[in-house]
Amino acid sequence: MATARPTGTDGGDATRASSSGRDAGPGPTTGRDLLPQVRLKHWGRWISAAVIVVLLVALVYGASQGDISYRDIPYYLVSPIILQGLVGTIVLAVVAQVSAVIIGVVIALMRISKNPVAQAFAAGYTWLFRGLPVLLQILLWYNLALIFPRLQVGVPFTDVVFLDVSTNDIMTTFVAAFLGLALNESAYMAEIVRAGLKSVDRGQIEAAQSIGQTPLQRMARIVLPQAMRIIIPPTGNDFINMLKGTAMASVIGYLELIKAANNIASFNLQVMETLIAAAIWYMVIVSVASVGQFYLERSFDRQDRRPGGPPNARALRRKVAADLGRAPLVRSTP
Amino acid sequence: MTATDPVTSGGAGHVTDATPVLEAIGIGKSYGSHEVLRDVSMTVHSGEVVCIIGPSGAGKSTFLRTLNRLEEPDAGEVWVGGEPMGFELRDGVLHELTERRLSAQRARTAMVFQHFNLFPHLTVLGNIVEGPVRVQRRPAKEARAEAVEILERVGLGDKIDAYPGQLSGGQRQRVAIARAVAMKPLFLLFDEPTSALDPELVGEVLKVMGDLARDGMTMLVVTHEIQFAREVADRVVFMADGGIVEQGPVEQVLGAPREARTQQFLQRVLA
Repeated sequence: MATARPTGTDGGDATRASSSGRDAGPGPTTGRDLLPQVRLKHWGRWISAAVIVVLLVALVYGASQGDISYRDIPYYLVSPIILQGLVGTIVLAVVAQVSAVIIGVVIALMRISKNPVAQAFAAGYTWLFRGLPVLLQILLWYNLALIFPRLQVGVPFTDVVFLDVSTNDIMTTFVAAFLGLALNESAYMAEIVRAGLKSVDRGQIEAAQSIGQTPLQRMARIVLPQAMRIIIPPTGNDFINMLKGTAMASVIGYLELIKAANNIASFNLQVMETLIAAAIWYMVIVSVASVGQFYLERSFDRQDRRPGGPPNARALRRKVAADLGRAPLVRSTP
Repeated sequence: MTATDPVTSGGAGHVTDATPVLEAIGIGKSYGSHEVLRDVSMTVHSGEVVCIIGPSGAGKSTFLRTLNRLEEPDAGEVWVGGEPMGFELRDGVLHELTERRLSAQRARTAMVFQHFNLFPHLTVLGNIVEGPVRVQRRPAKEARAEAVEILERVGLGDKIDAYPGQLSGGQRQRVAIARAVAMKPLFLLFDEPTSALDPELVGEVLKVMGDLARDGMTMLVVTHEIQFAREVADRVVFMADGGIVEQGPVEQVLGAPREARTQQFLQRVLA
């Protein structure tokens, strides 16, 4: 070591170097004091931050000058009709999403089956219900009575009829909105589920076969639990979209948040006040759904302890944990 | 009839030591115009250890996979413990079984894969009891106790609650072997069990397989480990180009092969 040093150094150099206050670690001993360093001042950052703050203040000030009575908004938030609309939004979104998941699984299984007719049907189903705008689908269902005044269930070409009802009795605003939203979403769910099923290694199915599992057992015990990791994140995103998509049901008069806000506004003309109350509720339920998605994902990750865990989920977990200002939720793997 | 008692693994009580546990007759298989297997026949008796060797592309793995019908042969019959795999014999005619009934037949066999194929979402114990509990409907408590015993035999008694992702390749393959043994199968199929392992991990897996062979387990092993075949096998089968070129006792096939193809192959792998 001593030969590597410039001539004329002695043991005192090390003391001097560390006494400069910058070199505390066991870095290379250079044989002289380290030079002072001047760090770059990031003036650009300070300026842009100041501009943003000024703009935000101006925006808030401008908003406060608007012709709107903010004081009424908290009142609308908890008014019975808005709360009714809130329930209408949540019920429609949950029922439509759950149905879409179930139908989506069936369509996905048809798509990957060995039956060419089922395959073609599934492809056509996805093509049709994904291709049309949701609003159009809702309107088509709602106006079904114009072409089919009565709905009958029976044996074709005979007089046997099990059910015969007026279409308008069945096709309420809820049912029409439900069909439009659920069938469209089921086409997307079919694609998500198919991607999840395809993500499971072929060897997993062979291993399940080799220990004698029936097709049903293989799906329930081996394939689906592993596919869930892939299926859940996009499904959560879709549900958040569904919560907002229910707004389209207001067009046919289904009582959800937008319709409720409009109902109030039609009496007192406080259009913006009631819409902002609706907006706040949307933010609340979307936030709750996001948190729920996070925990759902985590519970499925836990079952699959690859070394280090699935990278995406792990990064997400850390990000959310950081956002919440807590220590990372990453488990230590033994 | 100790390790391979068929009574506990599916009720083929009529099988005697004279009946082969496995009989493949005239197996043929093609992918499109490419013939992978051509008229392959083989008989395996209880307690026998048979190693199948040969160059890659010879059809060894495909043949092994037709034995538990992971691969459906185009021609030929596979008889397992006196039953035709995938079929039911009625009035001298073989009627194809549903996937469900085929599954029940497969539960009497077990397989160890090149890439382990452990279930990543289940613990080591969960992997091993999956078949006995869910398929064979044995009491969970009894299956767990047995699983622990088997795990200790393969030297992984301390990994019961680990997940496959936390194990080394050699440990994973030993768990896979334990999963297969837990089925109490008529025979074990090994599909190149050490080919995906780092060289320093091969030994621990071969040792477990050797122990099983000495315990009387009936085994069919597709392998490139000639030394293992020499030490453990009762019989060696040399396959090439979709057919069996030569088979017989270890000393004969590995020591004094009759066929030119076998001689060539052995010269190349032993060089």
